[in-house]
Amino acid sequence: MTVTAVQKDPSALTMTLDAEFDAPPERVWQLWADPRQLERWWGPPTYPATFTKHDLAPGSRVEYHMTGPEGDQPKGYWDVLETDPPHRLVFRDGFANDDGTPNEALPRNEVRMTIEPISEGRTRMSIKSIFPNTQAMEQILAMGMEEGLTQAVGQIDAILAGERVA
Amino acid sequence: MASPDFDRVFGALADHTRRDIVRRAIDGREGVAELAGHYPMSFAAVQKHVAILERAGLVTKQRIGRRKVVRTNLQGLHAARRLLDRYEDLWRDRIDRMTDFITDTRETDT
Repeated sequence: MTVTAVQKDPSALTMTLDAEFDAPPERVWQLWADPRQLERWWGPPTYPATFTKHDLAPGSRVEYHMTGPEGDQPKGYWDVLETDPPHRLVFRDGFANDDGTPNEALPRNEVRMTIEPISEGRTRMSIKSIFPNTQAMEQILAMGMEEGLTQAVGQIDAILAGERVA
Repeated sequence: MASPDFDRVFGALADHTRRDIVRRAIDGREGVAELAGHYPMSFAAVQKHVAILERAGLVTKQRIGRRKVVRTNLQGLHAARRLLDRYEDLWRDRIDRMTDFITDTRETDT
């Protein structure tokens, strides 16, 4: 298994995922730094990504679109916040309008990617993803724990119990 | 990228008033007019918020006798809770493709 650990914190709406690769840090960094390599994994085979603008300097905007099976081309962008090759990349991933401008109505999430060597030729990559509307999710999830609510709470608990992941 | 359903759910939940409406509507006892009484805004504004929640599948309007009440859709909450699971899957798939690509390029390099 390449994915070695996953931590999900629904109340903070963050997910942290660690993966290990049999490759040096520079090789893993290239998966992000080279747009042609990035295109090989960012989108699923049914929705491959094409990066039309790619510059990882802090403050830059990376632009891409996906191409769906029916020719639909949803657009996305990254706002690069921090770059420290080959160790760290922080960006906000958002959706874009057809003209490429950021779609402010849709949520963005922040991705913090770090790369560190574990041993000769082996590298750990960690992805921490943070959603902006923590409060929203927190409130929704907290509803099951508030006192004095109706029997609906029991129903929510029952539903959530099936979804709770350690 | 999240699926369109989740975009809607998140867009709907990004607003404080709408989150509050979702919480109040768990009881399913109030109509739009009663809900509007809780907020310092117009009936039309609250109606608009309810419509956004409805489109996101977070609340439904139900007829009880002659009244129409707003009720939180538990399935909608469920969907929101599942987002992190879906997001994990998205990244697991990406890691798989990264691993395959590294392996493939290593083989062609040597």
